[in-house]
Amino acid sequence: MKVTPPNKKLNTGNKNVTGYAFISPFLIGFFSLTIFPILYSLYLSFTDFDMMGTPNWIGLENYTRMFTSDPTFWKSMKVTFFYAGVAVPIRLVFALLVALALNKVVEMVGLYRTLLYLPSVVGGSIAVSIMWRQLFGNDGAFNSILAAIGLPTHSWLGDPGTAIWTLIVLYGWQFGSSMLIFLAGLRNIPKTFYEASSVDGAGPIRQFFIITIPLLTPVILFNTIMQVIQGFMAFTPSFVVTNGGPVNSTLLYVLYMYQRAFEYFDMGYASAMAWVMLVIIAIFTALIFKSSEHWVHYESDTK
Amino acid sequence: MKKKKITKKTIQHVLMGSFALIMIYPLIWMVSSSLKKSENVFVNSHSLIPNEWHFANYIEGWNGFAGITFGTFFWNSTVITVIATVGSIASSTLIAYGFARIKFAGKKIWFVAMMLTMMLPFEMVMIPQYIMFNQFGWIDTYLPLILPTFFGIPFFIFLIMQFIRTIPMELDEAAKIDGCNTFDIFFRIIVPLIIPAMMTSAIFSFYWRWDDFMGPLIYLSTPEKYPVSLALKLFSDPNSVTNWGAMFAMSTLSILPIFVIFFVFQRYIVDGISSTGMKA
Repeated sequence: MKVTPPNKKLNTGNKNVTGYAFISPFLIGFFSLTIFPILYSLYLSFTDFDMMGTPNWIGLENYTRMFTSDPTFWKSMKVTFFYAGVAVPIRLVFALLVALALNKVVEMVGLYRTLLYLPSVVGGSIAVSIMWRQLFGNDGAFNSILAAIGLPTHSWLGDPGTAIWTLIVLYGWQFGSSMLIFLAGLRNIPKTFYEASSVDGAGPIRQFFIITIPLLTPVILFNTIMQVIQGFMAFTPSFVVTNGGPVNSTLLYVLYMYQRAFEYFDMGYASAMAWVMLVIIAIFTALIFKSSEHWVHYESDTK
Repeated sequence: MKKKKITKKTIQHVLMGSFALIMIYPLIWMVSSSLKKSENVFVNSHSLIPNEWHFANYIEGWNGFAGITFGTFFWNSTVITVIATVGSIASSTLIAYGFARIKFAGKKIWFVAMMLTMMLPFEMVMIPQYIMFNQFGWIDTYLPLILPTFFGIPFFIFLIMQFIRTIPMELDEAAKIDGCNTFDIFFRIIVPLIIPAMMTSAIFSFYWRWDDFMGPLIYLSTPEKYPVSLALKLFSDPNSVTNWGAMFAMSTLSILPIFVIFFVFQRYIVDGISSTGMKA
């Protein structure tokens, strides 16, 4: 059909209009609720804005105060790195092990999968954080079990050395969605790979390292990035279970940021904190991506 | 040989079963505590069977605090959740169709922008958004909790896009030959076909909104307007709580809708997570 050329131009013009019409909600939201707030937050981070009056430009003062004269900032940074650094690997390894076990079970997989996923379904709710606080309280179920089997009890939430661990266990307990992603990844590995390697005399452990892990690496990469961001941004558990205490031992970064912003109305400082966190997350994500070239195998490479 | 197989299977199920039980023990514990008399909750607190079943906790808890019953809080949560979910699914579906099916100038750039937004934690924009909404006089209203969802949720856009891509292009072309314009194709052909993806998104939206705590915490100050999450936090304040049974009863009720949705729509949730890595 030779009639199209004159029409075509009109058509693409139309398409542009239609395309932008369809994505216009996104564009409006993107500029008003993401781009503008981010730039505004950058500006605020150089001011002393406290929700009263107008923001005064104070240059890098928030940043220098943060890094040189605010021990609480460093404490929250340390707590968050410890939390993310321990809880994320624990959750991922746990999720992978459970997925491997589930992959072996033939009957009732659905039931087990459902039961093991349940904690993650309700995990984000306040009810679970409140329950956790009581579970690990002095006369909670955990101490009660220890006492029943003759072990010494402990003030888990009251001891700065153990309080953070209750939050780490809470995080690890919700391994369900990572587990489902791993399980889907495992199901996608062709059985023939295992059969071929069996013929070559490879045992299950060797198979795990030469087949399962390499083929799962894209899934591991994805899980790691999402979990690291989530780990750094955790708020509700520390707010509800321990409220940062005792002696700031569970003061996660976002909780401290929240306190600065909404308890002290130190908006400039809190904005500066948000920017430091964004830079840290960006660096981590970039490092994980960069390193992935060395450990992530995509199927197209292996074929 | 056969016997050996049966033994192996039994061991497998015993191990798997006890592991699963340990994992859900805290949840059972919460439900069982909600049925114990308050003074007994922390006596032999690990035991799961109440000495006497105390269903009255649910009535006492429902009475709430400061003269506001949990009926109000549940209603508030429902209003916020339903409107926000409808808004996010309607807008995300439109946007997803635009990205998946229409060729237009600058599409790639906007798509990358959307994917970056997906990685950006809410905490980054929380403070400036608060100041903005404060300027608009929206503090202590539901607008900051509801309105942003009408601009699409990147996770849902992505999920629905992936789904639209599995629908053959020929279908759109055939409809075009029959005289449909883009909007007809969208509403009459695509939307009916992507209902499963919209359902999956709606379920996740429901979870996130129902559980949302930080948003209401920041924006709401009148207890009458609190959703369940915030009310529960107040109700459970360690310094004021004495009626533990009632507190656990309301905790249990607060996650009941999540359970119900989970058991009814399990398939959608598992598929959604497996294919996109979203979390509940």
